Amino acid sequence: MSGKSSVGAYLKNNMRQYGMLLALVAIMIFFQFMTDGTLMKPVNLTNLFLQNSYIVIMALGMLLVIVSGHIDLSVGSVVGFTGGLAAVLIVNQHWNPLLVAVVCLGTGALIGAAQGYWVAYWRIPSFIVTLAGMLVFRGATLWLLNGQSVGPFPKEFQLISTGFVPDLLPFIGTVFGMKQFNGIAFVLGVALAGGIIGLAVRARKRAATYGMVDEPFSFFVGKNGIIAVAIIYISFLLATYRGLPNVLITMAILIVAYMFVTNSTVVGRRIYAIGGNEKAAKLSGINTNRLVFLSFANMGLLAGLAGLIFAARLNTATPKAGVSFELDVIAAVFIGGASMSGGVGSIVGAVVGAFIMGVMNNGMSILGIGIDYQQVIKGLVLLAAVIFDVYNKSKSH
Amino acid sequence: MVPILEMRGITKTFPGVKALDNVTLAVMPGEIHALVGENGAGKSTLMKVLSGVYPHGSYDGEILFEGQPARFQGIHDSEAKGIIIIHQELALVPLLSIAENIFLGNEITRHGMIDWPETFRRTGALLKKVGLNEAPQARIDSLGVGKQQLVEIAKALSKKVKLLILDEPTAALQENDSATLLNLLLEFKAQGITSILISHKLNEISRVADRLTVLRDGATVSGMERSDITEARIIHDMVGRDMANRYPHRAPEIGETLLTVNDWCVFHPVHPDRQVITNACLSVKRGEVVGIAGLMGAGRTEFAMSLFGRSWGQKISGAVTLGGKQVELMNVPQAIRAGLAYVTEDRKALGLILDESILRNTSMANLQGVSSGGVIDANRERKVAEDYREVLGTRTPSVFQKTVNLSGGNQQKVVLAKWLFTDPQVLILDEPTRGIDVGAKFEIYSIVNQLAGQGRGVILISSEMPELLGMCDRIYVMNKGTFVGELTKEEASQERIMEIIMSAETSWPEHAKAGSV
Ligand SMILES: Nc1ncnc2c1ncn2[C@@H]1O[C@H](COP(=O)(O)OP(=O)(O)OP(=O)(O)O)[C@@H](O)[C@H]1O
Ligand SMILES: [Mg+2]
Repeated sequence: MSGKSSVGAYLKNNMRQYGMLLALVAIMIFFQFMTDGTLMKPVNLTNLFLQNSYIVIMALGMLLVIVSGHIDLSVGSVVGFTGGLAAVLIVNQHWNPLLVAVVCLGTGALIGAAQGYWVAYWRIPSFIVTLAGMLVFRGATLWLLNGQSVGPFPKEFQLISTGFVPDLLPFIGTVFGMKQFNGIAFVLGVALAGGIIGLAVRARKRAATYGMVDEPFSFFVGKNGIIAVAIIYISFLLATYRGLPNVLITMAILIVAYMFVTNSTVVGRRIYAIGGNEKAAKLSGINTNRLVFLSFANMGLLAGLAGLIFAARLNTATPKAGVSFELDVIAAVFIGGASMSGGVGSIVGAVVGAFIMGVMNNGMSILGIGIDYQQVIKGLVLLAAVIFDVYNKSKSH
Repeated sequence: MVPILEMRGITKTFPGVKALDNVTLAVMPGEIHALVGENGAGKSTLMKVLSGVYPHGSYDGEILFEGQPARFQGIHDSEAKGIIIIHQELALVPLLSIAENIFLGNEITRHGMIDWPETFRRTGALLKKVGLNEAPQARIDSLGVGKQQLVEIAKALSKKVKLLILDEPTAALQENDSATLLNLLLEFKAQGITSILISHKLNEISRVADRLTVLRDGATVSGMERSDITEARIIHDMVGRDMANRYPHRAPEIGETLLTVNDWCVFHPVHPDRQVITNACLSVKRGEVVGIAGLMGAGRTEFAMSLFGRSWGQKISGAVTLGGKQVELMNVPQAIRAGLAYVTEDRKALGLILDESILRNTSMANLQGVSSGGVIDANRERKVAEDYREVLGTRTPSVFQKTVNLSGGNQQKVVLAKWLFTDPQVLILDEPTRGIDVGAKFEIYSIVNQLAGQGRGVILISSEMPELLGMCDRIYVMNKGTFVGELTKEEASQERIMEIIMSAETSWPEHAKAGSV
């Protein structure tokens, strides 16, 4: 095979993976242009991360749920409930915020586990169980908050969401000759980019010793080069504002962890197997019920975390907090290429999907497009992404 | 005479695979034309091209039907011309009635509403034609596979059929059901309906086919007239060489007892008072291939699955020893750890994740074997998959191919690879050669012999008696959920097995009833 055709064939086979990433880049360029550069201004970029963190975090859990062949409609209500619980305990009862955070995460996990129990061990369709959960916990939130907003939170609690990593390396700014420059943000960005390249090179080398490399070298260099440059550029932009938001760190760690779980661990592989063919998975010795149960508990835990972040960001808990978040989260996962019937999907896809939604929200808001049009456009994008998917699939058959 | 159907120079490629390469096929009016070839030779693909599943333009070449060029855009176009295909996978809706299935998409209506009396009347007439004695209102899932196959044929007859295509209609059928179906084909022939029959059961083909076409690796290799058709010739053309034996030779080296099952009792998972397996006892020695014969519904699969970590049934009791030690097999992971493996009879529904690659299917039952500390080593996993592909001779462009795109024989090899990788002491094979060509069968038999040669035990469940007789050192005969006879290789013959089944059929019912109350 000639070099050229193998690159073409490789691209064709991996269209899925690159397509959505290209779409995100295209959307970003589009809005960058339309908003006269506002989109990528450091302050807006920081905002973009803060605004989308809870959707991204929940998309990680939702991906596992959807891959295992289920769905969780309750996450928006769980966000509201855990946020409300945090407010009541901290603001009204004056509990220690750290303790409250632990309690709220535990509550989220418990709610998820309770729903997962019915789905996994009683075989009640997850759509129904979590639809019930959605109603129950929305109601419970209203009851908990007495129908009112509760706030504000003490400073320490707000830091979860609005805090920034303190600059431990302020001298870097002077090297660049800039007064306001967050050294640690930039250094961590460069280190992350370096780490990604290092890992990729190592993986490729190991694959080579087995004689099992299929990614063309040009692709390898191109892909990792672009990723590295993008990371360094973004960290540079963030550094010129206030540095790294705490949330970004949390999000990044979670993304990496979930990527690792889904790509490389036995547990992750088994969740895919369950979604692909539950009976075959069971006959292959996989404890399908337990994994479904755990994936719901995990979803609840992440929804609890999202609830804390969201409440801290608004600095108040409202009965309406988290309404229709489940739709954004589910849309992100499907835009990212997951399949409704389970067994297919990726963390990277879900994260990219969440950012596609986020960038569009943000860009359209800057442009002053009304919420009515925004909803229509987001709906169409979801549809288009899935049609693109189905079309691609039918073409390769 | 002019052919009713001519396919000329048909070429069809899938990404990475040339499934058909310049294939020609001519079918004469009123004949039964057999299409044979190894798994993956392209038989199903050719029929999908013919029936418009792959629309005109997605392949090269031309099709003439009744002398007219045919350019079908979809299955509707071909059905309008009277070409009806019954696919390899049955396409009935299990929760609907026979009548609803037969007229699905073709409902008989009056004033826009379904005319039920007429629907039932016509269904009744069609069922009579195919010799199926069931009510039109009966639900599909209440019928066995044999009867479902007849419903498919009745459905085909409900349309105006000139050319009937049957893709492996008898693969899942018992011998007597197959015979019924083949007689039906002969009857249709007398009525002037042309049929194309795809089958791996060569005895059936030599019985009913008027002419036959052999495909190999996507190309037409030969055609035969009724007078020249012999099984040996078909095999020769299919695999491209002579095959002296259908069953590879093995010098059995039988060691000590490996597995014993005592007083195994199992009840139906939905009806807790229905006993399905009653006091079944069985043993397997090292290096031994043990067969289980029986009619469909005898309980062989239920026995195997209940043994394999209680994957079927409830209220299971009995004692199992493996390697001399008592073992508890409460769930599948325990069974696998104890050294048991079960290769299911339904590889698509229970054996494979069709949308996943060969690689991932291979490692699925033994992920520990390719991981450390819960982390999968991608390279080791790939090495394992590549190794099994080579050892088993799985034909595929790469181990990243989705298993849904493989032919039946190659899918079976992937399922085998999955279980071989768990390194089992006792391997239970449930209908391992269903729908598989002679060449691949031979390869699978060779693998079985190899496993026995390594001192493992093999339990072979099969509806094909020649296979049991050719492969097994000992054969158990099962009837109504218990073993009613045991024959050594020397004692066993088709007649002996049938005799045992028949005498059990007549003597057992009273006892079985008593046992189930
Ligand atoms: N959708 C597809 N994508 C890729 N390859 C395919 C697809 N469908 C069939 N093939 C390949 O085309 C070849 C012919 O397959 P086909 O199903 O026609 O074989 P067959 O003769 O019917 O085999 P069997 O006896 O097992 O049914 C095989 O190599 C198969 O892997
Ligand atoms: Mg076929």
